[in-house]
Order: sequence, then C-alpha cells, then structure tokens
Amino acid sequence: MRALKAIYTIWLRDVIRFYREKTRIVGMLGQPLLYLLIVGTGLSASFRMSFAPQGFSYLEFMYPGIIGMTVLFTSVFSAISIVWDREFGFLKEVLVAPVPRWSVAIGKALGGSTIAMLQASILLLLAPVIGIKLGPLMILKMVGMLFLIAFSLTSLGITIASRMETMEGFQMIMNFLIMPLFFLSGAMFPMNSVPPWMATLMKLDPLTYGVDALRNIVFAGSPAREFLIQFSMGTDLAVVAAMSVVFITAGTLAFNKIE
Amino acid sequence: MNIIEVNHLHKKYKAITAVEDVSLVVGQKEIFGFLGPNGAGKSTTIKMLATLVSPTAGTALIGGFDIVKQPNQVRQTIGLVFQETTLDERLTASENLFFHGMLYNVGRQTLSRRMGEVLEMVDLGDRKNDLVKTFSGGMKRRLEIARGLLHYPGVLFLDEPTVGLDPQTRNRIWTFIHQLRQRENITIFMTTHYMDEAEHCDRIAIIDHGRIVTLDTPENLKKMVGGDIITLSVTDRERVKSHIIEKFGLPVKESGQHLQVEVPGGETFIPTLAVDLGERLRSISMHRPTLDDVFLKLTGKAIREESAGAWSGMRVHMRGRR
Repeated sequence: MRALKAIYTIWLRDVIRFYREKTRIVGMLGQPLLYLLIVGTGLSASFRMSFAPQGFSYLEFMYPGIIGMTVLFTSVFSAISIVWDREFGFLKEVLVAPVPRWSVAIGKALGGSTIAMLQASILLLLAPVIGIKLGPLMILKMVGMLFLIAFSLTSLGITIASRMETMEGFQMIMNFLIMPLFFLSGAMFPMNSVPPWMATLMKLDPLTYGVDALRNIVFAGSPAREFLIQFSMGTDLAVVAAMSVVFITAGTLAFNKIE
Repeated sequence: MNIIEVNHLHKKYKAITAVEDVSLVVGQKEIFGFLGPNGAGKSTTIKMLATLVSPTAGTALIGGFDIVKQPNQVRQTIGLVFQETTLDERLTASENLFFHGMLYNVGRQTLSRRMGEVLEMVDLGDRKNDLVKTFSGGMKRRLEIARGLLHYPGVLFLDEPTVGLDPQTRNRIWTFIHQLRQRENITIFMTTHYMDEAEHCDRIAIIDHGRIVTLDTPENLKKMVGGDIITLSVTDRERVKSHIIEKFGLPVKESGQHLQVEVPGGETFIPTLAVDLGERLRSISMHRPTLDDVFLKLTGKAIREESAGAWSGMRVHMRGRR
C-alpha cells in the first residue's frame, strides 16, 4: 500500500511537471517536426525507395520511425532528470523517505513513460497530413505500444542515470548510445537495403522492434506491408516486453545502489 | 524516556575516521546542538542517525527504533532539513508538502489540515500556490522546516539550518525554532559551526576530529573557561609571554598574532598589566567567555578561523558533493 502510494506520488510529480512546462512540450515537438518536414520531404523528393510500390512516399515510411524517435528521446530525457534531481537536491528528499527504493524507481519509470507516450501521441495528429489513415482501434493500439516502448526506454535511462553523478557524461551517452539506437532502429531507412553487417547491428538494436511494431500497426492493411515490416507483431511485442523486464530490473537495481 | 540514544558510534571511510566513539542521549523536547568546525564529523553523525549512512560500529536508537535494523521506522520518526535545499523548485510550496505527506503516508484528511498548519507556522500561508523557485533563501529554508514537520516527527534534525542566510533571516529562523518547541512535542537535534547560535541550545556537544570533546549546557561550558579573557597585541610576543607567566603566574595562550590571558576580574587586571608592559603593548581588549573560548580551550584552536577559511571553499565543496 505504502509502496503503491510512493509509485503514484513519483509518477504524479513527473506528470505535473510535464503539464506545467508547456514550452518543453513544444520544444520536444520541434525535433520530430523538423525531421518530418525537412529531412523527410527532402529525401522523398530525391530518392525513390526501390522496393516500394507506386505512390508510396518516403514520408509515410519515416513517420512511424519519427514517432519512435520521439519516444526514445523523451523517455531518456525524463529518466536523466534523476541526475538533475540529484544536482538540485530533491533526490535526497525522496531517498530519505520511508518507502522502498524500488517503488521510487518504478514510479519514475511510469512517469517517464507516461510523458513519452503523451509526447509521441501528439504526433499522431499529423497522420492525415502524411497521408495515413488511423482508425480509433489503431490509435488505441499505437498508444499502448508507445507506452510499452517508452517504459523499456525510460527504464534503460534510469539504469544509466542512477550511475551518473553529474550531467557531464550526458554528451557521451547521447553520441554513443542514444543516437546509434535511433539510427540503427530502421526509423530512417529499411533494414532490407543495407549491407549485412549493418543489418546484424540493426537486429541487435531493441528499438528496431519498437519501430517495427509501430509499422505493423500503422500499415496493417496497406499493400506496402510486405516490404515495410521485418518481423511479426508477436516477435516485436515479445522483444519489447522482454526489454522492459530486463531494463526495469536493471534500473531498479542501479537505483538501489545510489548513495 | 530518551528519544535519542547513541552508543559508541563509529564511522570509517577507508583510511579516514570521520566519527569516533560518539555516545550521547537526548531527552524529549530538548534542543540539542552539535558544534564543531567543518569536517569535524557533524554531518556524518546526522547522516548515520538519519539512516543515510550505515555506521562502521556502534548503535543508536531513535524513538526506540534501531537505526540499522529498523531504518523505515526511524525515517518515519524523524524530520530532516539538510544544508542544501531538497525542495522541488518547479513545484509550488503546497505541492512540495503534498508529495512529502504522500511519501510519509499521512492520511489525506490529516494531510490537508496539517499542510495549512505548518504553512501558517512558517508564515508562508499566502504563498502556498507559488512556485518554490520564486522564493528567497530564507523562505525556502522555512518551507523545508515546515516540510520536515509535516508527518509529526518526534525528532527534527537540522543540519546547519541557517548557513548562507543573512543575520535577519537567521534570527527569524531561531525565533521560529523556539516557538516550535512550545507548540509541538518535538526534540530538535541540530548542527552548527556558528558559536552564537549554539547558545540557543539546551545542551551542546562540542565535536572535533570525529570525537565529542565535551557535552554540557552552554552556561556550564562557559564556566569551564573560568575568568575573563584578555587579548593582547605586543611587540615581542615570545618574551612578553614568558614574562607574564613568570610575573603573574597566569597561563598564556597564543591565538594567531595575539596573546590571550585568562583571569578573574579582568577589568582590574588590565591597568596593572598595561603599566607593567609599558611600550611593548600595542593593544589590549577584554571579553567575557563565549563558546568560542570554550572551543579554543578544549581544542587549542579557534573555531572561527577555521570556519572563515573553510567558507570560501565550502561552496565549491558542496557543489562537488551533490
């Protein structure tokens, strides 16, 4: 009961802060919009995807990938706020409270995933502009999937943030973990046109399965489905769920070790 | 019943002994002060009592709960105010209190009544819906004290509660701490390196190099020093020192560039001494014993020199440690 209350409290704090910082919401939306409008439009004008059927644009291909990107960045940023909390002292208030540490870690993971899910869901509003039709059931599936992906990535972020004393290491993590995770996820280009070594790396990237799951949902009835999707929905779900379990366990253990 | 009982507490960090064989008891409703220079082991002791750091050896009971075996019960029993702020500045005062109440499992109805109560107590009732980042240093400290009281703790730990605040705000915090004891059934355990603040305490433990040097009421401690203290500035320090020892049979201490003589009835001794020293005397002053002198007597050094030197370095140190 006490642990549940703690989870709720930590979650609520993140949600209140998200709601209050509207500039951050807009700021975080800027990046995916830039990718879609500039990179997406630019690339779809120059390249034709060799496997793609007539009339299928690169923008459509990229759209679920960019939603995946938003989830990735928002999740990791939310988790990294632990380091800010440490810097500004609030972490101590939480660590001295008579509640189990794991409940704090889980509350944080749920808070971060809720924010990442909300942030990414805003992008669903763009679907008609891109030329994708989303039914209510599809939207529901998308939101659920986004939450699951966000949960695994926030947990990964917590694992990292628990070991970080200051924000100094953040650039390293960005360059050597977050950006590679994004580039290799198949968000920007399909796995079936890259050299084998890269395809192997892409298969190792857990986010690949998240992005693939989103494509599975978005292109369920599309003729381009065969070419766009790498794995079955079942495989994608299993990998993302497994990733969630592994990372939340690692995150909780790492959080337990904070002094 | 003693609300705090500490028995032979030790803390070692690799080669450094931060706290060595600290034993003490604190009674209910007492204001107990831990006085010592920076790095003396005050904060480490508080951290052990607050279950943030585990002791290398020894035990302590708070409200009857063991700090090692029953950390959660201990945490529920105590309120903590740290040196550095631990508020969430992007939340309002009320929200900070609300989250604290939730984490300490205060029932909803009790919580909203208690929030109003503690906010009134620290005069922040009219600012409750403002973001904490708009608060001044003193307001933040008051809010933190209010938050520390929210869950009806038996003991409130204050680690340097007035550090970094201006004198006016410091006075206000002290007035507030005294009122607090009147109103709430609470024991206060605080650390400070300000001598004048230690005078507010019922009893003081002076700590240096991790050990308790002495423990008594401020009045008794000052009696230990004995007479008035005469501080001299002279031309030839060494010779004047031995001269005073020989002629008057009084012990002389060196404090920086000055000599200090301790004597009962200083006001009548000054003229005698002035005539005797003649031109060698540059300046002379006298003061009644303070806790500073107690510290000097017991440890052979002045606490203010050290804290003054430590001041500039401390900010850096604090940032680095977060």
